[in-house]
Amino acid sequence: MTSYLFRRIAEAVLILIGISFITYILLFLVPADPVRQIAGRSATPETVENIRRQLGLDLPFYQQYWRYFSGLIQGDLGRSYIQKTEVSALINARLPASLLLMVAAIATELVIGLLMGVVSAIRRNSNTDQVLMVLSFIGVSAPQFVVGIILLYVFAVVLEWFPIGGYGTWQHVVLPATTLGILGAGWYSRMMRSSMLNVLGQDFVRTARAKGLSRVRVIFRHAVPNALLPIIAMIGIDVGIFMSGIVVVESVYGWPGIGQLAWQAIQRVDIPIIMGVTLVAACAIVIGNLLADIIALFVDPRIKLK
Amino acid sequence: MRIFSALIRRKLGCFGLISIMFVVILAVFAPWLAPYDPDQQFFEGLTLEGAPLSPNKQFWLGTDLLGRDLLSRLIYGAQTSMIIGIVANGVAVIIGSLVGITAGFLRGFVGSVLMRFADLMMAFPALLLAIVLAAIFKPSLWIVALVIAMVNWVQVARVVYSETVSLAEQDFIVAERSLGASKTRILFKHIAPHLLSTIIVFGTLGISTTVLLEATLSYLGVGVQPPTPSWGNIIFENQTYFTTAPWLVFFPGIAIVFMALGFNLVGDSLREILDPTMKGRQS
Repeated sequence: MTSYLFRRIAEAVLILIGISFITYILLFLVPADPVRQIAGRSATPETVENIRRQLGLDLPFYQQYWRYFSGLIQGDLGRSYIQKTEVSALINARLPASLLLMVAAIATELVIGLLMGVVSAIRRNSNTDQVLMVLSFIGVSAPQFVVGIILLYVFAVVLEWFPIGGYGTWQHVVLPATTLGILGAGWYSRMMRSSMLNVLGQDFVRTARAKGLSRVRVIFRHAVPNALLPIIAMIGIDVGIFMSGIVVVESVYGWPGIGQLAWQAIQRVDIPIIMGVTLVAACAIVIGNLLADIIALFVDPRIKLK
Repeated sequence: MRIFSALIRRKLGCFGLISIMFVVILAVFAPWLAPYDPDQQFFEGLTLEGAPLSPNKQFWLGTDLLGRDLLSRLIYGAQTSMIIGIVANGVAVIIGSLVGITAGFLRGFVGSVLMRFADLMMAFPALLLAIVLAAIFKPSLWIVALVIAMVNWVQVARVVYSETVSLAEQDFIVAERSLGASKTRILFKHIAPHLLSTIIVFGTLGISTTVLLEATLSYLGVGVQPPTPSWGNIIFENQTYFTTAPWLVFFPGIAIVFMALGFNLVGDSLREILDPTMKGRQS
């Protein structure tokens, strides 16, 4: 078990190093010359040359990467071309907002998705089941910016139940979290349904039923906890989907997180910020997957046997 | 043919197939179906204040912020989505299958290098990676398609890989091998045909992912560039008007959901039809 954990953590570290390398190659390929952008149009060739040397851009590729990598380890993500501030400071300031949104979205998708899945499985092949499954298909087929704009129009502009955008109170969280959660709710409801069907067909459920336990008790005490086991590993994968989703959702709702930061950077081609957010997001994904594997290990004793 | 009739018999699969055919017809016959030229800006297409027109007799779905006919732009947008869906997803499926089969069949060093690289790509947030690639290569229709393929091949590779690995260990392959069949014969004659159904299923589901990614990239302004109409960039261009002219967001939004839903439903039905372990379970 310790060796498994050790191997998984070592793998995660290797993947992060690989990601930093690919990110750097991409940065290298960008046609825009960062020196020109920093120096401005009226700079003399000497100034340009000085800045290039200061940034180490005259060095060979592997030395440049080493400089970048040793900076990364110390938490240095470089400087924004346009805002001239440290990328790490910009990201740090916005990370809490994004984390709050993600936690709220995970809660939303789990509540909606699992509930739909359980109801579908219990009422298998009924009309309720079919309607719920069609809804789940629509959930996974709807792009988040469309869901976002429509929710915004209906609940903020027409009904005025929630604020149009921004950050601060709990009312601000509801629409962005729902938008982000609908996609996941679609996946979870389908997975939970098949996982429940699988569990409901097993011997221990039949035994529980034969003991004369009530239907509610069989479902919620015996079936649901077991059906949840394969779902837990999926929450780690969600982090990756959210990291793409927040770029869209935060820009639709004006939510001051790292997604909005990335979106603004896209508009201005501010590469260091885009790279910084990509790296932070990749870290979050790797850590999320690692945590999901570790939690699954503790929750489901059967995995240890393998 | 057997698969086709099984697909038609399922309610959801049949609905999915009809919606796909609808979009295909729109895309292929766009020049005949569209009432107007999608790029033409009508003088009477804007109100006196310069705002877009709501749906009316002349412009069935209204006009956009430049006074162009929304219906015509949506019909031509189907072409964009179809091209992206087929090209981007086709390239992704080809790369993914090749990587997956190679890694799964050869195993060893080559196999683990390929799959570690796939793991690496999985850890990148897809949208951000696509944005960075699009920023590097200045988006055009074909570049957007390639960028999406670069991001989406990984899923296919992983599925094909694990399928190949489990196939290669099955008794009938071991028997072939002990009979002295060559590697290429085993690969093409015995393993590849078994992978076909997996590839078809993921190829179909992948089109929906591709269409959604294209729409999102175009919505963020780094996908298909105006004036080429795409359902995503129609929303991108018009979103400032969404409080006063919500149809400019709703109609393209519905179009995207409709197409993605169609491919999702057909893909999912195909999975059930083609999966031998599911046989007999469906009534």
